[in-house]
Amino acid sequence: MTDASARPIKVLIAKPGLDGHDRGAKVLARGLRDEGFEVIYTGLRQTPEMVVSAALQEDVDVVGLSILSGAHMTLLPKITAGLHERGMDDVLVTAGGIIPDDDIPQLEQAGVARVFGPGTTIREVAEYIRANVKSRGA
Amino acid sequence: MTDETLAERARDGDRRALARLLTEVENRTAAGEAALKTLYPLAGRAHLVGVTGAPGSGKSTMVAALTGEARKQGRPVAVIAIDPSSPITGGAILGDRIRMQIHATDDDVFIRSMASRGHSGGLAASTVAAAAVMDASGFGLIFIETVGTGQSEVEVAAIADTTVVVQSPEMGDEVQAIKAGLLEVADIVVVNKADRPGADRAAAQLRAMLTVGASADRAAVAAGRPRPKRPEVMLSSALTGKGVPELLAALDRRAPSPGSRLADDASLKRAEAQISGILAQRINARLHDPARAAARAETLKAVAAHEIDPFTAADRLLALLGNDSAG
Repeated sequence: MTDASARPIKVLIAKPGLDGHDRGAKVLARGLRDEGFEVIYTGLRQTPEMVVSAALQEDVDVVGLSILSGAHMTLLPKITAGLHERGMDDVLVTAGGIIPDDDIPQLEQAGVARVFGPGTTIREVAEYIRANVKSRGA
Repeated sequence: MTDETLAERARDGDRRALARLLTEVENRTAAGEAALKTLYPLAGRAHLVGVTGAPGSGKSTMVAALTGEARKQGRPVAVIAIDPSSPITGGAILGDRIRMQIHATDDDVFIRSMASRGHSGGLAASTVAAAAVMDASGFGLIFIETVGTGQSEVEVAAIADTTVVVQSPEMGDEVQAIKAGLLEVADIVVVNKADRPGADRAAAQLRAMLTVGASADRAAVAAGRPRPKRPEVMLSSALTGKGVPELLAALDRRAPSPGSRLADDASLKRAEAQISGILAQRINARLHDPARAAARAETLKAVAAHEIDPFTAADRLLALLGNDSAG
């Protein structure tokens, strides 16, 4: 029997919206892999519905959203609302990319637990996830 | 929520419950095992199609194309896509969904990625159990996409009803086609990327080499000697859709009939593969029971010091396990 705390943390890295720059998302995915996480990457140009559906089917612990297009105030709350609607309030949602500081409080209110700005190290992200991922009761 | 209701809800079409249950099964929890007791008798109706082949041969794109084709006929489809875990950190990149996201918001397509978690052979240890849960939840067609394989990861053939090997046109010369291993266990070999030059020739070479000797099969089988399969060789382009309807039709022709489960070869092999996997896991769990730590450590040291050979050591440990039912 595997100890529940020993199982890898599952993270969905998703790129909502229309920007075509996923080097950052890929580097993060690779970095989190090296931190021992199981990372699902779904590619570019995901709609909020696609992100929510992938998070549901994969039963992930964390959804990490990378967005550089400036559409974060529209897309990210749609994703958190979609997760809430499908009963996934126990999923930790984080965001990264180009997100102005002024927008962060509103995103946090919408259910994004943490926004990582440019220059964040992978170690910081990994440590944040380990410390904040919600424990699951079956 | 109790495990039984999780199983019941999954069976009744609740996708969130299905996803949670798959996690329990994948993590081999007591809850997962309990749910399987309820669900296993309901499974056995689905056609399990193993899709394997080298990294980059187009397995995920092919599965997505076949899924699209089956959806045109209104059939629900489930996919288990396996990618390798890091042997160093245990982490993994599960990237097969990228090619399948076109189906992401279709409630009758359920895609689940699994990391191999140290299991070799191209699958994860819980793959068959996960497929049984999907089967019991009403998915009649289940694709199991292996990790990108080399020449000899043939485990999928033991657990699938039908095994598809995806080849790209750049597979190499005819000698590649006559090597033992993966191609021997295929029911269907698909030369994918038929939009590229060389695909026709690759298919012709495979056909010529894989069907050679078919006439000797009957005599060999009569004499009790095993023979490799004689796969159908097909051409397709998952990208343009060419050959995809034909491939799905070929798969459907091989779907097990409802009554055939009792004794067909694939079902027996799958049962054996599952049980031996679970036995190995249970034996290991017992072996690592704290009550046996001292005896285990002593035996390991004796082998490391070349005082006893590993076979004798294994027999000793087995004898130790046989004495009680702990663990």
